[in-house]
Amino acid sequence: MFGYTFQWNQALARLPKMLDGALVTMEVAVLSMLIGIALAILLTLLRLSGARPLRAIATGWVEIARNTPALFQIYMAHFGVASFGIHFSPFVSLLIGITFNNAGYLAENFRGALKAIPETQTRAGRSLGMSQLQAFRYIILPQMLRISFLPMTNQMVWAVLMTSLGVTVGMNADLYGVTQDLNALTFRTFELFAIAGVLFYAITKIITLGARVIAARLFRY
Amino acid sequence: MFDTALSAADLVFLAKGAGMTILVTAISVAIGTLLGILFGVIRVQLGATLSLPLTFFLDIFRSVPLLIQLVLANAFMGMVLRLQISGFTVACGVLSLYTAAYCAEIVRGGIDAVPATTRRAARSLGMSWMQDMRYIVAPLATRIALPSWIGLALGVMKDSALVYVVQVTELLKSTQILITRLQEPLFLLLICGAFYFLISFPLARFGGYLEKRWSHD
Repeated sequence: MFGYTFQWNQALARLPKMLDGALVTMEVAVLSMLIGIALAILLTLLRLSGARPLRAIATGWVEIARNTPALFQIYMAHFGVASFGIHFSPFVSLLIGITFNNAGYLAENFRGALKAIPETQTRAGRSLGMSQLQAFRYIILPQMLRISFLPMTNQMVWAVLMTSLGVTVGMNADLYGVTQDLNALTFRTFELFAIAGVLFYAITKIITLGARVIAARLFRY
Repeated sequence: MFDTALSAADLVFLAKGAGMTILVTAISVAIGTLLGILFGVIRVQLGATLSLPLTFFLDIFRSVPLLIQLVLANAFMGMVLRLQISGFTVACGVLSLYTAAYCAEIVRGGIDAVPATTRRAARSLGMSWMQDMRYIVAPLATRIALPSWIGLALGVMKDSALVYVVQVTELLKSTQILITRLQEPLFLLLICGAFYFLISFPLARFGGYLEKRWSHD
């Protein structure tokens, strides 16, 4: 049918290596999400705060993260900061780039979620003698995280897909990097990347289905 | 930082890269939107069960990294089918389908948001399906879908930075080429980032404005 002989065996023989790569991909994605959520909460607090410079920093972060390519952000974390004499390993650069991106998008999601929480709740908390921070921590934050659970799942999927960009800064331990290295060895480009694609597809499906199960357990009233 | 080896010719080179970014984005968004509207309408008309194959097909484009989609398409066209297709065509093709996959979701959301009673009223007045779509659904659904669509178009522009992998020299790739030669990564990256930001930020703001304005009536 094609003037090309598929050699799936050659590619499938490398599957264990690719699965190791998939683990690294998951590791980067999970780490970037955990740090990203923490940073996004911080950015949300900064944007809520009265101090203008703090608000400006947070808004600047969010807008840059959302309005430039993720690849650009990873380049900045690797080649950009190298101008200041700071040299990160590819793993760290990739992690910083994706985390920066995640934090920006998540902060925007959190802002949307905040709109759905009546302001009177904060005031009720304050009337009960809570400090501003306590009211945020015990009343607003749990609701905010619950409302933005679905967007967070989407961002997690994005984080997994973004790990494939690490190859541009020399990352070769993640799923895409491993596949690229194997491709250089075997030249079974189509077979190898098809398998990598299937693995990525499986990872994203596991995440979305897993999130659905977690949501059903967490959010039943 | 102000003492740079960047020459006028280099700036022209960067501008060409920027032009390529805009060209690839424009073609992909145009084709992708048309396909997306088609797929979205088909999905709504067929219902969830019948359109399952289409949903699965489109889902692939949203669940596999764009980089892999591009490499696979390139390898399939070049190595498997032995076709002489330029990287530019492959890039536009893949990005168009990528756009269509997301656009179909937006279109479906827009159509679903038009109240069923409104559509039944239109049909009761004697409008055909096509007239209902054209005069009732399209204007209402566009209002709901346009802000998301602007976001999608900007997303595609940012994602078009990945087409370097099929040998298309767009803005980020031309920046990288200059970085290799001039060894001034920060300065060049800032120029490149500013370009993306200056296009993306006003349009994103405009989308946000439309969303706000149209959600209150």
